[in-house]
Amino acid sequence: MISTRVSARTAKRTRKIALNCLGVLVALVTLFPIFWMVATAFKPSQEIYSLTPSLLPAHPTLGNFRQVIGGQASGIGTVWLFFRNSLAVTLAAVLISSLVSLLASVAVARFSFRFRATFLIMLLIVQMIPGQALIIALFREFDQLNLLQNLLGLIIVYAAQALPVSIWMLRNFVATVPRELEEAAAIDGASAVKIFWRILLPLIAPGLVATSIFAFITAYNEFIVALTFLGQDHAAYTLPIYVTYFFGRGGAEWGPIMAASTMYTIPVVIFFLIIRRRLVGGLVAGAVKG
Amino acid sequence: MAETAVQLAGTEARVAGSRGAGQWGSFVRRHRIAPYLLLVPALVGIALVYFWPLVQMALYSFQNYGLPQVTGAEPVQWVGFGNFTATFADPEFWISLRITVIFAAVVVPVTLVAGTLVGLLLHRLGPKMSMFVSTAALLAWATPPVAGSVLFYWLFNPDGGLVDWTLSKLPHWLVGSTDWAGYNWTTTGALPAYTVLTVLVVWTSFPFIAVATLAGLKTVPAELYEAARIDGASPWRVFWRITYPLLKPIFLVLLLLSVIWDFNIFTQTYLLTGGLANRNEFNLGLYIYDKAFSFPPSYGLGGALAIIYTVILLVVTVGYVRSSVRQGALT
Repeated sequence: MISTRVSARTAKRTRKIALNCLGVLVALVTLFPIFWMVATAFKPSQEIYSLTPSLLPAHPTLGNFRQVIGGQASGIGTVWLFFRNSLAVTLAAVLISSLVSLLASVAVARFSFRFRATFLIMLLIVQMIPGQALIIALFREFDQLNLLQNLLGLIIVYAAQALPVSIWMLRNFVATVPRELEEAAAIDGASAVKIFWRILLPLIAPGLVATSIFAFITAYNEFIVALTFLGQDHAAYTLPIYVTYFFGRGGAEWGPIMAASTMYTIPVVIFFLIIRRRLVGGLVAGAVKG
Repeated sequence: MAETAVQLAGTEARVAGSRGAGQWGSFVRRHRIAPYLLLVPALVGIALVYFWPLVQMALYSFQNYGLPQVTGAEPVQWVGFGNFTATFADPEFWISLRITVIFAAVVVPVTLVAGTLVGLLLHRLGPKMSMFVSTAALLAWATPPVAGSVLFYWLFNPDGGLVDWTLSKLPHWLVGSTDWAGYNWTTTGALPAYTVLTVLVVWTSFPFIAVATLAGLKTVPAELYEAARIDGASPWRVFWRITYPLLKPIFLVLLLLSVIWDFNIFTQTYLLTGGLANRNEFNLGLYIYDKAFSFPPSYGLGGALAIIYTVILLVVTVGYVRSSVRQGALT
C-alpha cells in the first residue's frame, strides 16, 4: 500500500521533470533563431565568416550597430530615417483606423439595422483577400491620385487595411459595456456626445489600446504595398523595405543586416508582450465570441 | 458698422447652424440613419482599398491591358476570356499553383500539430514554466516577416550559414551523402527553397496555434480531466474524447485561418527565393506579381489571375464565414 503510493508519487515527479525538460527544449529551439540574429549583430566580421562558428561573440562589438546608425552599411541613410518613416506611417494609420473603426463598431454593436449582418460578413471576406491579388489596381489607383512614393499613400492604405479586424475586435468590447449605463446617463440628461466621452470611451479604452497595437503591428510589418509604392524613392522607405534593400544589395554584410533586423524587431516584441493576453482574442474574434 | 454687420451675420449663421443641427438630428432619428452615418468612413476606406481595386482587376481581366496600353500608344480593347485561356495554357501558372497548394498542404498540418502539442504542453506546465515557454513562442511570433526571412536566409546561407556548417559536421548515415558545406538552399530548386520556407513559416505561425489552443483548454472544466484520469484514460484517448470535441470550433477556425495565411504567403517567398529571380520557385503570389510588374507588364493577365486567386480563396472563406456565423458571431 505504502509502496504503491510512493511509486505513484515518484511517477508523478518524473512526469513533471520530463514535462519541464520538454518545455525548456521547446523554448530553446524557438528562441534559437532570434538568439542567432542578436549574436550575429554583436560579432565582428571575422567571427561571422569564421570556418567554425561560435555560439556567443568572443569579442562583442557595437560596430555593426554603429554602421547601421551611421548609414555607411546600407548606403541610403541612417536607420533612424527609416524608423521615423515607419513610425510616422504606422502611427497616423493607427490613429485614423482606430477612430473610423470605433464609429463603425458602435454602429454594429449598438444598433440593429438592415445591412448589419451583410456588413459583418463582408468584413470577414475582404480581410482574406491577399495584397498581391489587388496590388496592380491599388498601384494604378494611387498613381492617379498622385499618392505613390510618399508616405500619405501608405497611411491611407494601412488605415483602411486595418479596418476589418479592428471593427471585429472593437465590436466585442463595445458589446460588453452594459446598455443600462448609457440609458441611466441619458435619463440624467447627458447628451449622446457626453455619454460617448464619459461612459463608453473609458470603458472600452483597453479594447481600443489592444486594437491599436494590433493595427500598429500589421502596418509596421506590411511589405508588398510599400515595396510596390515606394519603388526607388529611398528617402521614403519604411523599415521593412529598408531591410529588404539592404539585404538584396549584393555583397551583403551579415553583421550590419542582423543589427538592422534586430533594431527593426525590438518595437514589435515590446508591443506583443504588452498585449499578450488579448492577441488571440482579437484574431479568433470572428469565430469564438469573447 | 461693417464690423457689426459681420458680427450679426455671424450670429445669424450660427443660429441657423444650430437650428440646422436640430433638424438634422431629428432627421437622423426619424429615419434611423445613425448606424449608416457611423459606417460611412469605414465603408469609404474599404471601398478604396478593397472594392474599387477588385472591380478594376475584374475589368482588366477582360482587357488586353499591356505595355502599349499603359504608355497610351494603343487603346484598350476588350478581349473576352482571352486572359483566362492564356493563363490556363501557361505551364508556369500550373507549376506555381502546384507549389502553392503543396506548400499549404504541408505547412498547415505541421503547424497545427506542432501548435496544438505546444498548447497542450503549456496547459500542463507550472505557471512559471508556462510563462517562460509562451514568452519564447511570443518572440518567434512577433518577429516581423521581413526580419524572419532575412534571418533564415542567413541561417541557411551557403557562405558561413550555420545550418550548412552543422549538416556538414554530422555523419553521412544521418544526413545523407549530399555535400552540405556550401549547399545552396534558396536557388537550387523549389524543393530546398520551400523546405527552408516551411521551417520559417512553421516557426512563426505555431505560437498563435499554441496560444489559441491554450486559451481553449482553459475553458474546459478541470473535473472532466480529473474524471478521465481516475478512469485511467490514456492521454491520447483524453485528447480525442474530451479535448478535441470541446475545442472543435476553435480548431476549425485555426485550420481555415492557417490555410488562408499559408496560401497567401508572399513576403517570405519573395525574400527567400531571391525576389523574382527564380521563376521555377514561384508560388501564385510571386507569379501574379511577376506578371504585373516585370517587363513587359500585363495588367490583363494580372487581372485574370487576381480573379482566379480570389475565387479560390472565396471557396475557403465560405467555410470560415459559415463556421463563424454558426457559432453566433454575428449576434
